[in-house]
Amino acid sequence: MISVTATFLASLVCLPLASLIHLHRFPGKRLLINIIQTLFSLPTVVVGLFVFVLFSRAGPLGGLNIMFTPTLMIIGQAILITPILLGLIISALGGVDKAIVDTALSLGASGPQVALAVIREARYAVMAAVIIGFGRAISEVGLVIMVGGNIRGFTRVLTTAISLETSKGELELSIALGIILLSIALIVNLALNRIQQR
Amino acid sequence: MSLIEVVGLSQRYGDRVVLKNINVNIEKGEIFALIGPTGTGKTTFLRLIDLLEVPTSGKIYFDGIDTTALGRMKLRIRRRMAFVLQKPVVFNLSIYDNIAYGLRWRGKGRNEIKAKVDRLLDVIGLSTFRHKNARTLSGGEAQRVAIARALAVEPEVLLLDEPTANLDPISTLKIEELIRNIFHQYKATIVMATHDLSQGRRLAHRIGVMVNGEIIQVGKADEIFNSPLNREVAEFVGVENIIGGVIVSRDGDIATIDLKGKIIEAISDCAVGDEVYVCIRPEDITLAPSKAISSARNSLAGEITRVAPTGSLVHVEVDCGFSLIALVTKKSAEELNFKSGERVYASFKASAVHVIKK
Repeated sequence: MISVTATFLASLVCLPLASLIHLHRFPGKRLLINIIQTLFSLPTVVVGLFVFVLFSRAGPLGGLNIMFTPTLMIIGQAILITPILLGLIISALGGVDKAIVDTALSLGASGPQVALAVIREARYAVMAAVIIGFGRAISEVGLVIMVGGNIRGFTRVLTTAISLETSKGELELSIALGIILLSIALIVNLALNRIQQR
Repeated sequence: MSLIEVVGLSQRYGDRVVLKNINVNIEKGEIFALIGPTGTGKTTFLRLIDLLEVPTSGKIYFDGIDTTALGRMKLRIRRRMAFVLQKPVVFNLSIYDNIAYGLRWRGKGRNEIKAKVDRLLDVIGLSTFRHKNARTLSGGEAQRVAIARALAVEPEVLLLDEPTANLDPISTLKIEELIRNIFHQYKATIVMATHDLSQGRRLAHRIGVMVNGEIIQVGKADEIFNSPLNREVAEFVGVENIIGGVIVSRDGDIATIDLKGKIIEAISDCAVGDEVYVCIRPEDITLAPSKAISSARNSLAGEITRVAPTGSLVHVEVDCGFSLIALVTKKSAEELNFKSGERVYASFKASAVHVIKK
């Protein structure tokens, strides 16, 4: 649920942002896209550290008091997958024929309507980007341990549970949890594919 | 007041000048065709009219409103027009959704959209394929969808960029028929770009000839075809005989012109001593094996250098001190035994000669 929410939130931010970057010409656009692509390989522990410092008691956002809660895990995962989503959605939109933008404009579409039309054209590639983002979120361990704390019944998720049980030598339980994790990923992917085929 | 008034319009991309000081008015309710060779700036002109680009300099007035000074108002003006691009792009959606797109963007109700789209599907003859993905259509069908999509929004001005380029002759005929129907049914003002001059002649009320980013001549189709303003227009509208000469004397309207040593008579208001180009359409020249008595003021002796059949007609090239091409029927060519090396007389009326000052 945490990964689904994080993916949803990140998509909500990335779709309009990617459209803005794609549809506008501005100095440094190429550089910005390069930076976004570099951030694909952002180590999860670095994001964990960043979120930890930001939200810990003494940090600038410590007052929100969300350290070691699922909320912060969602925020952390959303930050982690934002560059991937953003970068992949920008490339997806880049694959749309430029004449589509002109056609939409000439038929009287406003700025946001053009953006929606382009996203709609690139829907399969955009969906693939979202699936990849979700994959990265659900397979995440380092970040969620750092900012979630792996608290039983509260912030313990499948990946952190597998990590813990394996270190305790409970291999059978770990394997079972691993299978559950993959099954969930499969179900979510199947659901997204259903949407894509519509 | 003209519906669209273009004043001193220029467009430059870096160092490349695409449009140079264009001045033209487009009247409400006319079909205006912009003809010219490919790569001459016709598309850029249409894009500027549709406010898809901002001109380097000059103004475009739409219904009296200066469109170059608009900010957010642009959308409102653009929504009074529709533009069908040269390469028909259809959205990766059903044919129905493609045609409905512009109406949805204008916030029209479901019933209104359905009524309009259904009617247009009938007009373009694709009713039975309404749910088919538009990407699976052929070029001609996609072009029809693109035109229907533009018509759905009932534009005051329809801009068409090479509506039949890359189409086979049958699809071309269908599209031309569709354009004529649109004009009669929707009373839209149509501005179209085409490199096919005969198409411009078939469809348009007025024609603008564009060469190298400049509109050189604007006028009714016949004016342009019969009285091209300069050599470039003459070449573009297919005048095959363009010969340089000098006016040697005048008698009223009739000027005597020296064409490389041969003297001809033509109707012209050029002054004695003016250097001119003489344009004669091949179909206005008659060929005879001997000098015949007729009302034609000009008759030049020459030798046939080439005979080239094209369908039921034959192009005959005659050397009479300069090369002259005449068009005769295949039957005449056979009966009069026209072949290379034969001596003939080429005759044409003084009124068939169009004189352009150099």
